[in-house]
Amino acid sequence: MFELLNEMLSYTFIQRAMIVGSIVSLAAALLGVSLVLKRYSMIGDGLSHVGFGALAIAMALGWAPLAFTVPVVIIAALLLLRLSESSKIKGDAAIGMIATAALAIGVTVISLTRSANADVSGYLFGSILVISKDEVTLSLILGGAVLILFVLFYRRIFTVTFDEAFAKATGLNTGLYNTLIAVLTAVTIVLGMRLMGAMLISSLVIFPALTAMRLHKRFLSVTLTAAIVSLVSFLIGIILSYLFSTPAGASVVLVNAAFFLVFSLIARIRNRS
Amino acid sequence: MPLISVKDAAFAYDGQIVLSKVSFDVNPGDYLCVVGENGSGKSTLMKGLLGLVKPVKGSITLADGLNRDEIGYLPQQNLTQRDFPASVREVVESGIRSRSLFLTREDKERADAMMGLMEIGQLKHRSFMELSGGQRQRVLLARALCATKKLLLLDEPTAGLDPVVARDLYKTIQKINQENGIAIIMISHDVHTAAQYATHMLHLRQTPLFYGKPDEYLSTYHGQCFAGGVCCV
Ligand SMILES: Nc1ncnc2c1ncn2[C@@H]1O[C@H](COP(=O)(O)OP(=O)(O)OP(=O)(O)O)[C@@H](O)[C@H]1O
Ligand SMILES: [Mg+2]
Repeated sequence: MFELLNEMLSYTFIQRAMIVGSIVSLAAALLGVSLVLKRYSMIGDGLSHVGFGALAIAMALGWAPLAFTVPVVIIAALLLLRLSESSKIKGDAAIGMIATAALAIGVTVISLTRSANADVSGYLFGSILVISKDEVTLSLILGGAVLILFVLFYRRIFTVTFDEAFAKATGLNTGLYNTLIAVLTAVTIVLGMRLMGAMLISSLVIFPALTAMRLHKRFLSVTLTAAIVSLVSFLIGIILSYLFSTPAGASVVLVNAAFFLVFSLIARIRNRS
Repeated sequence: MPLISVKDAAFAYDGQIVLSKVSFDVNPGDYLCVVGENGSGKSTLMKGLLGLVKPVKGSITLADGLNRDEIGYLPQQNLTQRDFPASVREVVESGIRSRSLFLTREDKERADAMMGLMEIGQLKHRSFMELSGGQRQRVLLARALCATKKLLLLDEPTAGLDPVVARDLYKTIQKINQENGIAIIMISHDVHTAAQYATHMLHLRQTPLFYGKPDEYLSTYHGQCFAGGVCCV
């Protein structure tokens, strides 16, 4: 086991993937608890599609991928948040519309600029080989930001997530906290997208929270469990992907799914006894 | 200077006016009871006072010395938090508005005291979603009390409570009102009991039909009708 890890870490690209992936998994799980409970988890899915479209455009035009994609996805996050908050428009339908349109733009741009269709799958399902130094730096900053904000504002995040009307009525700036969560989600998704793939990244937001909620009925334990499950799933997933030469993103998602099944099973057994 | 001053306020959803021509003041120590049939605009008015909906006309002014984080609020029962993983303690403590990021010992003692007042101390470590409807209501009341420093707004606080707890709750609210001088605004369908404790009554039906003292209210046509007396609507 130790030797295996040593061998894996001797590759620079795996080191990078490990750093970025661990941080993204942790951040996605923490943000995911809030997003899932507020029934905003579709936002994660929508954002990954927008990120895919933006990334394709940046690549086609030769722009720096992160410098272009991050702001575009942040703007999309704020827009989607507005849409989900307003009761007039059907929020989820609007997200679906924007997401598929962005996906279509991305696919079109890629097919116009590259000859081989194989490249598309790298974007859609992720690749472990493409992580740049910038992304490592950015994910260290992001990871730090998410963790610090979570610890510092943990109580307020709970209050806003549990009952937004009460939080607002009793003087919390709910708009600020929602915006913060949306922006951090956007950055997390963009960072995780290259590694996990646009199609799969949103599962990092959804799975850990739902898995944790199978067994836990307190917010603190749900949050901690989600974070641990997410991190462990990522590490197991990346090792499996190395051993069996399977795509990293898909392997991580499968491990997450396995955890979900195991937790569900334990909950079943516990309820029966 | 009144804590809250409402002047000719009107509220609308999607351009449709649901409540209009509302004017009243709430002074420190007041106990205002808002009554009216379902859909008459009571909850809307309360949300207006809390800044959750904006009046389309007129104004709602908070006193200079009154911050939003000194107001406690019990929302009307809703079902959205039913499957939310949270312990009773986590929910009650979320009512505490302190400047510091983490709870101090006094904050925790305050939360404990409010749970004691609502007689849910023994439920502290239970999960909120596993409680009965009435127990949940008491937890949310304790949360509202934690947030209360100058003003407490209650939207049908006794809905779902058994008669003994409901009676005790009215007594508790009266105590908070009289001993701590906290102003109360309460929505209730329990007109008789409410009129017993309130200093002011407001009867709404898309617009105020009555605003004044409780004993006057009970002798008016609407009051008699609403308190279960004989009347024709
Ligand atoms: N979010 C909303 N969107 C559109 N219309 C609304 C909304 N909330 C309330 N209304 C409408 O506003 C009117 C007043 O509603 P409100 O909730 O204030 O009534 P209420 O007096 O509190 O009734 P109840 O006794 O049933 O609680 C109703 O006609 C209702 O249909
Ligand atoms: Mg109501």
